[in-house]
Amino acid sequence: MTPWFERGTDADAVERAFDEGGEPAARDLPEQAVEEGVFGTREEYYDALHEATVEAARRRVDDAVDTAERDVINAVRTLESLNEQLNEVDERVRDWRDETGRVPVEDVVEAREALEEGRDETRGFIEERTPELAPNLSNLAGPVLAARLVALAGGLDELARMPSSTVQVLGAEDALFRHLRGDAPPPKHGVIYVHPYVRETSADERGSAARALAGKLTIAARVDRYAGDLRPELADELDEKIERIRGRDG
Amino acid sequence: MMRWVEVDGERYPATQGEQLRDERVVDGARVWHPRRSKAAAALVKDVEMPLEDARVLYLGGGAGTTPSYVADLARAVYAVEFAPSPAKRMVEVAETRDRLFPIFADARDPSEYAPVVEEVDILYQDVATRGQAEVAVKNAPFLRDGGRAYVVVKARSEDVTAEPAEKYEEVADRLGDVFDVDRTVDLSPFYDDHAVVVARR
Repeated sequence: MTPWFERGTDADAVERAFDEGGEPAARDLPEQAVEEGVFGTREEYYDALHEATVEAARRRVDDAVDTAERDVINAVRTLESLNEQLNEVDERVRDWRDETGRVPVEDVVEAREALEEGRDETRGFIEERTPELAPNLSNLAGPVLAARLVALAGGLDELARMPSSTVQVLGAEDALFRHLRGDAPPPKHGVIYVHPYVRETSADERGSAARALAGKLTIAARVDRYAGDLRPELADELDEKIERIRGRDG
Repeated sequence: MMRWVEVDGERYPATQGEQLRDERVVDGARVWHPRRSKAAAALVKDVEMPLEDARVLYLGGGAGTTPSYVADLARAVYAVEFAPSPAKRMVEVAETRDRLFPIFADARDPSEYAPVVEEVDILYQDVATRGQAEVAVKNAPFLRDGGRAYVVVKARSEDVTAEPAEKYEEVADRLGDVFDVDRTVDLSPFYDDHAVVVARR
């Protein structure tokens, strides 16, 4: 196995070493590097290793965050499209069966099953990947809604920069523009409507619930973007807030 | 040097180092809160962890919070994390600690970082994936003879229905194949359904 410092002393050397790999073992690498004359002292070894690993990790992490975000956004858009197609095929097949008592094209039934399988797999992918990208947002909204919010915002970075009043109506752009033209009241919620905390709150308090949820989701997106650690207390705070809002009712 | 400080009538470990985020600082030392770090919880529960001047392989570095405390004490800390968002933060944390080496890799495949990680005195692991024992076994070759392993076991990430005590025993059994297992310490009341298995190579 070739230790990293025999490939150079910078981040490129560390990246090449990662790509090449080796057998895990207990070796005194600083000692070996000093003996080989690559570094004068163990301290110099550590200084160079620090600079190289920080830079190599930053490059790889930035790439991975980018890819993870593209994956989540594409997956959730695909999920929506598969759901629409499934609904449409189901509707067609139902009409057909209603009129003739059967559907005589076997491939149609198979195509429908394939669509369903694709939908389920895509949802599984989203449920696995979104928490890695946005652990807190996923914890509060569920992975699929979290992914939809990231997709609607155009990225986690963009979502983290939005005021919570915008997050609240994400996905309700049509209603928002109708309101801005003066033709309608302002929308109370966008896609966050699918969250049980909005949908299952009585109509009177639904606007308050949507505002409270959007506020916490905004904080969650910021923690995910700028910190990255899971903070379960955010969910507890949201639970309490919703309970208070619902308690006002009746 | 690790110190013990009094906070709200409790004794907590504390380290000397640049403040990270919003941790409390008492007498110039960063309070290492047992509810915010499983390693701190283990220390408060009397687990002996000779981190001072040690070389440490830290698997599951998360957003770098616990590794930052370890790096305040140790000679060298190799922190491995694979989830991109926490790893991004861990890299920022590593910039504040010149003996904290961030590694963005999957701890289940240690051959990837073998050319970078030296012999270590301590293996500390807190990964929440299935097969937690397997991860420690695969990384055992980095640990020197007589070196110590601390493996955090999260009962729920293995099987939501199993009894935590059974899960701890199962992990300890598997670790017994390559380590001498000393004991298993429950991390309650700081963490529910978590324990740390203490072992020696």
